[in-house]
Amino acid sequence: MTRMDEAALRSLTPGVLAILVRRGADFAAAEDAVQEALLQAVRVWPAGPSPSSRPRPGGGDPLRDAKGWLVTVAWHRFLDATRADTARRRREDLVDEEPAPGPVPAVDDTLQLYFLCAHPSLTPASAVALTLRAVGGLTTRQIAQAYLVPEATMAQRISRAKRTVSDVRFDRPGDVSTVLRVLYLVFNEGYSGDVDLAAEAIRLTRQLAAAIDHPEVAGLLALMLLHHARRAARTAPDGSLVPLAEQDRRRWDTGAIAEGVEILQAALARDRLGEFQAQAAIAALHADAPTAEETDWVQIVEWYDELTRLTDSPVVRLNRAVAVGEAHGPRAGLAALAALDAASPSSGLRSSRGHPVPRHAAVAAYLHERDGDLATAARLYAEAAHQAPNLAERDHLTRQAARLNARRRR
Amino acid sequence: MAKYLMLKHYRGAPAPANDVPMDQWTPEEISAHVQYMNDFAARLEKTGEFVDGQALAPEGAWVRYDGEGRPPVTDGPFAETKDLVAGWMIIDVDNYERAVELAGELSAAPGAGGKPIHEWLELRPFLTAPPTITE
Repeated sequence: MTRMDEAALRSLTPGVLAILVRRGADFAAAEDAVQEALLQAVRVWPAGPSPSSRPRPGGGDPLRDAKGWLVTVAWHRFLDATRADTARRRREDLVDEEPAPGPVPAVDDTLQLYFLCAHPSLTPASAVALTLRAVGGLTTRQIAQAYLVPEATMAQRISRAKRTVSDVRFDRPGDVSTVLRVLYLVFNEGYSGDVDLAAEAIRLTRQLAAAIDHPEVAGLLALMLLHHARRAARTAPDGSLVPLAEQDRRRWDTGAIAEGVEILQAALARDRLGEFQAQAAIAALHADAPTAEETDWVQIVEWYDELTRLTDSPVVRLNRAVAVGEAHGPRAGLAALAALDAASPSSGLRSSRGHPVPRHAAVAAYLHERDGDLATAARLYAEAAHQAPNLAERDHLTRQAARLNARRRR
Repeated sequence: MAKYLMLKHYRGAPAPANDVPMDQWTPEEISAHVQYMNDFAARLEKTGEFVDGQALAPEGAWVRYDGEGRPPVTDGPFAETKDLVAGWMIIDVDNYERAVELAGELSAAPGAGGKPIHEWLELRPFLTAPPTITE
């Protein structure tokens, strides 16, 4: 199958899974059965739509009714597994006793799956893994590769997660903000492997936005699209990071930007502001500037003020100091940074666990460089490199320190 | 085949010949160094000898059990520790000679002035599973 076909196929996952659960299958077994049906579909389906595709066993032409085919195959898999199980009697009784499905509940099945997979009883890592498998339709191997852990480890993580949520009622609405946090994690901490996790996060958020009318879901989708649009410009051919101000803006994806801005504007018009909409608004202002110099930093500072009001995190206040420095000069930025440190040293310089807030030294270095104090800036860049959480940032910050030291030698 | 761990140290290894801190290099020299390391790993993947490579943050902590019902004791960052591992590469090669050859190549990564750093790398063989035929 081509990538497109596979994505289309995987988009059917939550619907198929929900039908099995409605028929009385327990979530964990149903999820396994759907995975097997997906794998079988990849094996037996023709590569693309073709009028000559032969009818397949278990429900006619799969291409004409892919969902029906998957439901039929997954249901048979589930029944086979149930019959093979030593606890067969008990399970079959359970299925028999299951009351006939009542009136269709108000909340969409797909939505219920999102809630279940992001249930607060799960750790973030487990919620991410379960969402990618049960909602995204990815295989355990793909998820394991993406997060650089052995497949057996990921399989355990997923099955433990399924056990954790096994007693959760499937017909109660959950908290959409927990779902958004999980999708944000998938987007922001996508690592490697043959699955593009950022694109997958966008697909899942899009699907969620179709299932629920919520301005913050739209806000997150807009945020993802606006950042994804910059992806090609974010790294140089040698793999090094290119900061926002130095990116070749002609390489930004204008289609993704236009879509992100449109979704964001519709969300903002509803007048129910949340942190994802505010973050997306900042990304949209960057996207809107033809050059870095033309960025509307004054408005960006205002959005950071909104964000501080919505979520008073040290990271937000740190980014606000950068914006203040751009809008009102480096001295104002350094003053904002100093105010941040003085106001609450525990949450300013240090996060709750006692670690330095990521990028604090890098922000201070940048503002001191803009202010003309190259010696302090070079020292702080070296310190920032020492604290960098990943190799790309470490290399970038070391290069900044080296650049200033070379200038000072001349 | 035999697996070897090539350990890179922040501290604790004998001083390299070209011992200039990285933030005193030129940006171009840093790029050349990073490129050399990436190319080295890519070449080993092609020859089928690469297993894993990871970098470690320079700060960590010592942790130990402190008795029933008590939280573990942490101590650190360990400023006084003599030896501090910076990262590793695991290779799977035919023999010791090949492992030494590769460690030598990695140690030749360019540093200040574009000249090899001559960095000392620690080379440690993995203990293996017992062989089936022993007599």
